[in-house]
Amino acid sequence: MLDFPRWKIASIIGILLIGILLSVPSLMPESTAKQLGLGFAPKINLGLDLAGGSHILLEADTADVAKTRLANMQDTIRTAMRKATPGPIAIGDISTANNAISFFVRDSQKLDAAVDLARTLTQPVGTSGTRDWNVTVVDSTRIVMTQTQGGIDQFIDQAMTGAVDIVRKRIDALGTKEPTIARQGSDRILVEVPGVQDPTELKALIGKTAKLEFKLVDTQADPAKIAAGQAPIGDQLLPYQGRPVALFRQAILTGSDLKTARQDYDENNQPAVAIGFNSKGARAFAETTQANVGKPFAIILDNQVLSTPVIQSPILGGSAIINGSFTAQSAQALAISLQSGSLPIALKTVEERTVGPGLGADSIHAGIIASTIAVIAVVLFMFITYGRFGVYANLAVIINVFVILGLMALLNATLTLPGIAGFVLTIGTAVDANVLINERIREERRRGRGVIQSVELGYKEASRTIYEANMTHAITGLIMLILGSGPVKGFAVVLLFGIITSVFTSVTFTRMLVALWLRRQRPQAINI
Amino acid sequence: MRLLKIVPDNTNIGFVKLRGWAFGLTALLTIAAGVLVGVRGLNFGVDFVGGLSIEARFPGDAPLDDIRTRIDALGVGDAQLQQFGPKNTVSIRLPLPNSTDPAATNALVGKVQAALAPDHVILPFDQVDTVSGKVSGELIWKGVLAVFAAVFCIALFGIVRFEWQFGVATFVSIFHDVLMTLGFFALTRLEFDLNIVAAVLTIIGYSINDKIVIDDRIRENLRKYRQMPLGELIDLSVNETLPRTVMTSLTILLALLSLLLFGGHVLRGFTAAMMLGVVVGTYSSIYVSSSLLITLGLDKSRFRQMTDATDKKKAARARAERIAPKP
Repeated sequence: MLDFPRWKIASIIGILLIGILLSVPSLMPESTAKQLGLGFAPKINLGLDLAGGSHILLEADTADVAKTRLANMQDTIRTAMRKATPGPIAIGDISTANNAISFFVRDSQKLDAAVDLARTLTQPVGTSGTRDWNVTVVDSTRIVMTQTQGGIDQFIDQAMTGAVDIVRKRIDALGTKEPTIARQGSDRILVEVPGVQDPTELKALIGKTAKLEFKLVDTQADPAKIAAGQAPIGDQLLPYQGRPVALFRQAILTGSDLKTARQDYDENNQPAVAIGFNSKGARAFAETTQANVGKPFAIILDNQVLSTPVIQSPILGGSAIINGSFTAQSAQALAISLQSGSLPIALKTVEERTVGPGLGADSIHAGIIASTIAVIAVVLFMFITYGRFGVYANLAVIINVFVILGLMALLNATLTLPGIAGFVLTIGTAVDANVLINERIREERRRGRGVIQSVELGYKEASRTIYEANMTHAITGLIMLILGSGPVKGFAVVLLFGIITSVFTSVTFTRMLVALWLRRQRPQAINI
Repeated sequence: MRLLKIVPDNTNIGFVKLRGWAFGLTALLTIAAGVLVGVRGLNFGVDFVGGLSIEARFPGDAPLDDIRTRIDALGVGDAQLQQFGPKNTVSIRLPLPNSTDPAATNALVGKVQAALAPDHVILPFDQVDTVSGKVSGELIWKGVLAVFAAVFCIALFGIVRFEWQFGVATFVSIFHDVLMTLGFFALTRLEFDLNIVAAVLTIIGYSINDKIVIDDRIRENLRKYRQMPLGELIDLSVNETLPRTVMTSLTILLALLSLLLFGGHVLRGFTAAMMLGVVVGTYSSIYVSSSLLITLGLDKSRFRQMTDATDKKKAARARAERIAPKP
């Protein structure tokens, strides 16, 4: 017991000192830390409930995916059959009902060629040999293509990877501080932005698909048919200012042909978005505008017609201005969305939590007061119960508080409001080990053992119990960390750190203090 | 200086003798809690039922009736108002708008804002939470899973490290602790949200901690006093660890009390749950889990064999040291 070699003392003090030093940068204001040249030092992150800010969970609209893929495949099939070699394959009665593409081949001689061609349009999924579409023949001339679940899953996976990138670009463009953008599970993205009080703008920005298309307006279409909702072949109808307009399906340009987008003003000094095309886009736009002077085209964003300007003269410069009824802010948001590219998948908000900065500051304040009072109360209580041994336990508890903070800073962990609660609870439980030890020492003294032997037995017997009891406590902590979400996780982090550090400080550190005291004083009796 | 002793030395309280009464009372309370949860239900927060929750602050006392009238006039569904902690703070809960348009929620928040504006509600709102039904379902499921996994793992730990009777006794008393806590929430109608799940898990952790200490002492005494009847031995173990049990519970309650009084209103339900859990957990450690060992028929002979085996090993080591003494 008394045998505490110098290296052991040095390493225990060393470890605790490092822990305390690591906590220092987190305890001072950022400006002070920078002045002292500690700006680089690891700091504890404050959770959104303490810092204030917005937490948004976005979910991919997976029901939409199947529909989009269906529509895309329908277009692909049409084009492929027309361009088939050696000659076009005439098809008819194409439909996308019942989540399947179905069409019949007019010339039954060409059925096999059509099936082969349809098969080449499908992609393999994974390594199992399945493909993203099943191609089957029914009624001897009809080809039916159905989507496989594997194909949909693969598409979602790829789309989500792209979507995370685009969401990150859009939020970075806002210039907010330290946002977190992370994929969660197969179809979700978590966005956390500290300091944002009004998530409306943020949501509008990240949720916008921003699919931009330029299409020519079909001026030949029969107005009566358009009004009746019937689109001429090769056309689509989209509403514009309350009335449908007929547009050619083939887009002149899409968002992927853009090089730049920024907020600007149009000739009437109204907010607008100035866009620049890449060379392919510029060429296509120049050719189309040259051939269609005097005709209107439509600027379409997310299947909504923004405007239908008439081509006054060929546009050769590779740039254009999009106007609609924008405010400076919405034009800015659109520019950011266009610049970052369109989302490959529609996202909707499924969870949103916003904490005002006032509440966060109040919570930190209350947390600090509660922690301080808890420490004082526990320290006093321990002192009047165990005297000198209580003082040692108290030293351990106070050092423990700093070491937990230091450890959290080192691992860049996040402190949340429930985390503060975990903190206060740790203060209460941290003395448990010392209570166990001290009660055991009392017991051994009552049995008439000598001072040193009582202390030695007290530590030895209690340590086993302490390890066993903390093991189970750690199990619950781990489960919270693995299965928990949000507040449960924040609480578990602090609890786990608290268990680890408190065992070290309350067993090893106090033992050292007691041993040093016993060695120096050699007391005949102890007051415990 | 005379030191404080909360529990006098060498107590000899006959806990085991009282176990019939204790079991009866415990069963009664547990059933009552179960019925209460079943009949009254829990006041689930938006985390678990989905919806919109706004926490608003007013310059003075919040005019509850007036707020209710104004929100009802909006015709956006049944609003639930709740006041907790400071009188100027109100939590307003509304169902989510029945629309797929993401802007609809924002519009709803805006409407509430406009309706309350004449009262000079302090803007921005302190907290706005929106949870869709799908996410809330998952959160419930995850919370339930976490609690069950914790109870299961700990029972397993008890069985592996001790005897199966310890595992089962611990399991039963933890179940009791959880049910009592839920009963408390059903009774008080305090909001039950994700934070409370964290509190319940902590209660489990703490309660286990308590039981392991007593179990450990029982195991130790089983080896020490081989002839002592089990009931007497359990009484002795509980009495021996009683000062520690009381002392630790008191320090934790002290810490939690400071959190309850000074920690801000957001954590009030959380802290209340934990304080109750500490009391219930301590009770069940003393009365339920250890006494249950007798009912379950803990077999003392296995411990005798185990100690015999370790004694033999020790003796062999001592013999070996006698032949070749350590330098």
